[in-house]
Amino acid sequence: MRVLTRLRHALSPLRAVALAYVGLMLLVLLLAPVISPHDPLTQDVANRLQSPGLGTHLLGTDELGRDILSRVVHGARVELLIALGATLLAMVLGTLLGLLGGYFGGLVEVLTMRVLVDVLLAFPPIILVLLAVTLRGPGTATLIVAMGVLFAPTFARIAYGQVISVKRLEYVEAATAFGAPTRTRLLGVILPNISAPLIVQVSLTIATAILLESGLSYLGLGVVPPTPSWGSMVAQGQRYLSSDPHVLLVPGAFVVLTILAFGLVGDALRSGLDPKSRNQR
Amino acid sequence: MFSYVLRRIGVGAGLVLLVLTLIFLALHLVPGDPAMLLLSQGDGASVTPEAVARVRTQLGLDEPLLTQYWQFLSGALTGDLGESFRNQQAVSEAIGERLPRTLELVGLATLIAVVVGVPWGALAARKGGWFDSLTSVLTSIGVALPVFVFGSVLILVFALNLGWLPAGGFAEWGEDPGRHAQVLVLPAIALAVGFASTVARMTRSAVLEMLHQDWVRTARSLGLSRRAVFRRYVLRNSLTPVVTTVGIGVGTLLGSTVLVERVFNYPGLSSLLVEAVTARDYPVVQGIVITIAVLFVSINILVDVLYGVLDPRVRR
Repeated sequence: MRVLTRLRHALSPLRAVALAYVGLMLLVLLLAPVISPHDPLTQDVANRLQSPGLGTHLLGTDELGRDILSRVVHGARVELLIALGATLLAMVLGTLLGLLGGYFGGLVEVLTMRVLVDVLLAFPPIILVLLAVTLRGPGTATLIVAMGVLFAPTFARIAYGQVISVKRLEYVEAATAFGAPTRTRLLGVILPNISAPLIVQVSLTIATAILLESGLSYLGLGVVPPTPSWGSMVAQGQRYLSSDPHVLLVPGAFVVLTILAFGLVGDALRSGLDPKSRNQR
Repeated sequence: MFSYVLRRIGVGAGLVLLVLTLIFLALHLVPGDPAMLLLSQGDGASVTPEAVARVRTQLGLDEPLLTQYWQFLSGALTGDLGESFRNQQAVSEAIGERLPRTLELVGLATLIAVVVGVPWGALAARKGGWFDSLTSVLTSIGVALPVFVFGSVLILVFALNLGWLPAGGFAEWGEDPGRHAQVLVLPAIALAVGFASTVARMTRSAVLEMLHQDWVRTARSLGLSRRAVFRRYVLRNSLTPVVTTVGIGVGTLLGSTVLVERVFNYPGLSSLLVEAVTARDYPVVQGIVITIAVLFVSINILVDVLYGVLDPRVRR
């Protein structure tokens, strides 16, 4: 209950709107085929490049006459699936690395935190994903795995720092004294107690993943067409920028709003869950 | 100080070695024959045995693994990064031609981000109130703006509608210095916005933390004016964490140029990388990834050294 109260206090009006938007996006993820007014791939060349307005195409059509709203809705689905998948993978991998490195120390720490984590952090993120795409070719699976590995170090560092600070505390020693096996101590005792900052990181990582994925799709190296994705819609729109800017601006706005919303929800979670955050005056 | 610098360089060299090893292993750890993978376009079309044999020879895949590793390392360290699959140009030569352009872009963007971000964050921390709230909203948006969306909007407004600046392209400094400078403006701004927001946020929280230190109150009670305390002590002490942010940020910028160079059709290192990835020209991709990773590590060493200069406590 106390956590819920604190979270409510952390919820400024702006953050509440962001939370509602995130909820809406998750709904879109589940219901995309039901919500979307048209088929995202059906071409209607007679009605190409229509401006947004009240009518059959609320957000207008693109250069092949495809309904932009439907494409945005289906794009959201792909975008979120990849972002959620990569984040989940990163969380599991990273938390595991951090737990092991922090708890055992010594050689395990060197291998996990120094070798694996530091090396992965020695690349700008997008560069490693491009290396993976060169080897495997673009596609949803490549993206999820590459970004999952790439974002793992952030979770590892957080988990590592937390484990170091709690592993000598009484409740962990009590579990040891009662004969709990290492696995129980790590996953049953320590993990629940260090989960708050990891949960905060989930929301922020989703935002970063969307940023990265849309960028790759913009380059034509992410989601493979004809599957609609926000990044490739922006790339298409660039060709009609002077005559029909809406083809670019509509998907662009959704990328910005979605990243912003997940970022703000992350901020709210941080000030609600993490008593040490000193972002407030 | 000297031994601190040496130690940092040692750690950096070790990291570079590990980075090179990871890049080497990337080709071999991916399931399947690397030569087949690079040749297949994902459509399962048949690949001729001759083509596979050619790729294998070119990448040295027929040698024993340790020999390959040694050749890869010695090549990377002496600047021999192999030849492009597409046009047989030496990879190091192609990189040498493109890298300065990308560095120029990153340098300019960093300059803009620091010149705007630091005073802005410091002012937000000092003034508080509505300006601080506004800063918080604007920097949130700034961080969330993908460079390819913001860059396109810049083109729409400043190139297409107002016609003030070119929408993209490139001109050599030696041939047309005026155009060379004009072409850089929009991409640099597009790159700098997110970075400036991060710097402003970091500066704000660092300054806020300093303002609440006991020594600030002591200095005030000794009769120093608020302005003097702020200028002489608070700002200076706040800069150390900001330097770290800038160091990490420059690396991220280097990554973002991949998108910005495409938006503005700028022929730098990153657009070469994207071309190579699209054509699956592995030697070129590998060479550029190595170059960028080494640059990234070097920048971080530089930042650590700078950190030592600014804060003597670090130099243990």
